[in-house]
Amino acid sequence: MKRFFSSALARGLFWQLIGTLVGAGIVTGIRPLLGMNALDTFFFTEPAWVLGGFFGTLFFLAGSGAVSDWFKWSRGIDTPDHHEDHNTGWAKYVNVSLDHKVIGVQYTVTALLLIGIGGLFALIFRTELAASQLQFLTYEMKLFSQSGPQLYNTLMSLHGMIMIVSILLGTAGFINYVVPLLLGAQDMAFPRLNAFSFWIAVPAAVLLLMSLFLGGFDTGWTGYPPLSTRAPVGMQMFFLGVFVAGWSSILGSLNVIVTVLRMRAKGMTAWRMPILVWAAVATALIALTATQLIGLSFQLVMFQRLFGMGFFDPAKGGNPVLFQHLFWFYSHPAVYVFILPGLGVISELLPVFVRKPLFGYRWIAMSSLGIALVGFVVWAHHMYTSGMNEYLRVPFMYSTLLVAVPTGVKFFSWVATIWKGKISTPTPMLFVLGGIIVFLLGGLSGPPNATVSTDLQLQDTYWIVGHFHDTIFGGFMFPFFAAIYYWFPKATGRRMNETLGKIHFWMMTPSFFVLTFGMMYVGLLGMRRRIVDYDPALGIDTAHLVMTIAAFLIALSVLIFFYNFFASIRNGEKAEGNLWNSRSPEWQVPSPMAAHNYEKPLEVVGEPYDYGLKDSGYVRFIEPAQNKHN
Amino acid sequence: MAHFVIVGILVIVMTILTYFGLDAVGLAQQMHPVAASAQAAPIDQLWHWEVMVISFLFSLIVAPIVYSLAIFRQKKGELKDGEHIEGNTTLEIGWTVVPLIIVVIFAYLGAYSLGEVRRVDPNAIVINVKARQFVWTFEYPQYGVVSDQLHLPVDKQVVLKMESADVIHSFWVPEFRVKQDVVPGRVTEYRITPNLVGNYKVRCAELCGTSHAYMEGGIVVSSQADYDAWVAEQQALAAAAQTPEGQGKLLAVKNGCVGCHSADGSPMTGPTWFNLYGSTVSLADGSSVTADDAFIKESILDPNAKIVAGFPSPSVMPPYTLTDEEIANLIAYIKTLK
Repeated sequence: MKRFFSSALARGLFWQLIGTLVGAGIVTGIRPLLGMNALDTFFFTEPAWVLGGFFGTLFFLAGSGAVSDWFKWSRGIDTPDHHEDHNTGWAKYVNVSLDHKVIGVQYTVTALLLIGIGGLFALIFRTELAASQLQFLTYEMKLFSQSGPQLYNTLMSLHGMIMIVSILLGTAGFINYVVPLLLGAQDMAFPRLNAFSFWIAVPAAVLLLMSLFLGGFDTGWTGYPPLSTRAPVGMQMFFLGVFVAGWSSILGSLNVIVTVLRMRAKGMTAWRMPILVWAAVATALIALTATQLIGLSFQLVMFQRLFGMGFFDPAKGGNPVLFQHLFWFYSHPAVYVFILPGLGVISELLPVFVRKPLFGYRWIAMSSLGIALVGFVVWAHHMYTSGMNEYLRVPFMYSTLLVAVPTGVKFFSWVATIWKGKISTPTPMLFVLGGIIVFLLGGLSGPPNATVSTDLQLQDTYWIVGHFHDTIFGGFMFPFFAAIYYWFPKATGRRMNETLGKIHFWMMTPSFFVLTFGMMYVGLLGMRRRIVDYDPALGIDTAHLVMTIAAFLIALSVLIFFYNFFASIRNGEKAEGNLWNSRSPEWQVPSPMAAHNYEKPLEVVGEPYDYGLKDSGYVRFIEPAQNKHN
Repeated sequence: MAHFVIVGILVIVMTILTYFGLDAVGLAQQMHPVAASAQAAPIDQLWHWEVMVISFLFSLIVAPIVYSLAIFRQKKGELKDGEHIEGNTTLEIGWTVVPLIIVVIFAYLGAYSLGEVRRVDPNAIVINVKARQFVWTFEYPQYGVVSDQLHLPVDKQVVLKMESADVIHSFWVPEFRVKQDVVPGRVTEYRITPNLVGNYKVRCAELCGTSHAYMEGGIVVSSQADYDAWVAEQQALAAAAQTPEGQGKLLAVKNGCVGCHSADGSPMTGPTWFNLYGSTVSLADGSSVTADDAFIKESILDPNAKIVAGFPSPSVMPPYTLTDEEIANLIAYIKTLK
């Protein structure tokens, strides 16, 4: 306990509390001097909460020690390039570490925690939807000063954004852990920036959760004005939380790009990089250049609320549709930020488990960049019914349909990779295969939303909800689980329990199919998105009940995964060697990985996925004597 | 070679099964529910083509994967590698170009379908739609009629000119297949030709606040004769409503009050007006108040001033700016509800 309370995490949270009080206190102190009210419904006034949230974030960063090296440098004090971690065991992970592997685990565990919270929220409102009429989220009930339907809206909105943040952290988790290992690097290019990117995500998550207790908000994760200009204070905490989380994404991407450009092992030309690295670069390019737009659009609404600026207020010459353009200019490419790393994991693991080279390596690498590029010019397909200029819908339909081409290349190449392989199906491979099929369903349910006329019916229905849960589960959730099962031994020297892993897969996958088929089905029958109650005349009560049961089975399977994950850290079967018989460099050294990765530098001497080619290798270690000559 | 033949057959069989499976639950040939507009035809047609292509592509990917898993599995204890095949440029170009051609075809079909949906009849009937949290109101400017139900004649194109008083709403009738957002500060257009007599519902499809789920309005598509009779009846009612209570009733419809306050005691989003006037109302803070002119006026102008027990706080009702005369008329109408 004492070790926890003196950790960076605990100190950061404590200082965040202090910072919030200081920031809110400043505004609360000034307001009466200007003749304004000092206190409001949620004790502090809205501007006070916003400044408090902002100060809280800064105090967290200072208090946790995530920025102390930079402070030292500014005072002329030198710090060693790498701190040697003096913490052991779990304490390493709740303190600031510059080791990319520790940061990768920090990201991953935080993501799992948020997935748990977001999933719990989903279960609550999924239960409410099990039958028509209001069951327990009634108008009469009150929780966190919200009535049932208000609470439903808050939970539904938070489910969306918490899951999105958990995806950003989850992908950052395995990219941080694995990419430097795949490159043969000692660490990321900027270890301090790397730590900063992780630690700033923690106060962001706290801000997001705070919104639940400050009246919530009822806009969905999209936060469209004018509804978002009328929502309670919780809306501002949501905006601020997303704004801060955006920094994590932007700075993390910068780090990935520089690391890949500058820190590859000798001989690792672009076409000899592991395929996951290509995916990470494509992802980082999007996140680095698009994230600003969501931060900006939310900041504009924040300022409209705080200072009465009329960006999106038609009464002041503003335009509500403009917000949607700014918002989707990030939020569509963001979908590719969520899925490209996962698709990279699929391409990375597939050759290992089918014992065959990745079919069309260069085409798969280029398809990631292709998806990333096309992804920038399709945003308005979220807005076919928004009232934007209707002629614009046609070019956006064309560009959107174009996404099918690079995505198709990936699918066909995967099928060709599996074809005539020597396939084995341990748990990671099961999740890879599940990911392919589920993502396929997500992909195939896409074109009816891309063609304008069919989308006029499908937009804002449960069909869309089913469609994107398929893409996100196939593109992120399944590959994320695959990555955890696959690299867990690398991080711990132990493997997760196979039987529990298989139960997890075989319980989650069919339930998930039932859930998303159900979503699409009720959507086609007239179920709208984001509603707390539906018309019993639609005849979808039974379908909803079945979907709710499926949702609980998914939750149960994820609980089993959580148990397996935490129990295996200590009690898992030892697995210190090349467990999966992979050619990848990180598996050529014993697990768990040493603090500075490889003791001897690597040299790339072959293709990464030449399975089935006799006497071929991907990397070899340069012996010290040889090293001198080079 | 045998493998390819078997998989080819599997793909064909699976395509057929997928398509007819979807058709069996009624989702292949058209969307749901029943189509009730001329615009639904091109939309359902495009959907049908898409379902066919989806069935094929699904099978094209899944069949070879499942086949491989069954046939090329590693046997127990076997540790062999697969064949060393790095790729095939011809194949890659093929599965880039062929999907590209399909994309171009669907781009054409999509644009064509949209063109059909947006076909304009210059003689379309104009109806003004007002959306506000959480009610729809329909105005027939040529007849001077205001209604909380949308009545439409069958087989005539109507164009709805839609405006929002507060936040973004979306006008969606699943049977009509078309949806259009209603955005504050602008007039959006919804063009439809209903072609099936019946009762439908407009359901708000854009999250608009606490009671978004209940923002539904009735739609009646009837024969021209029935429609004309309804218009005449509404005009007669409006003409007869020169009394304060008659004017009040019209105001209640026009301002959407009737969307949340029932006139017969049935429970809705807001407190009922039945037997309201003169009664003692218990408030959320435990006190009670007599429902007199002052209380009703205050509740219209500032719904948050007093919250009736059992209803959400803060109130989901937006404040209304009405003239003293309009409020007096509304109160006169409420007095009649006994």
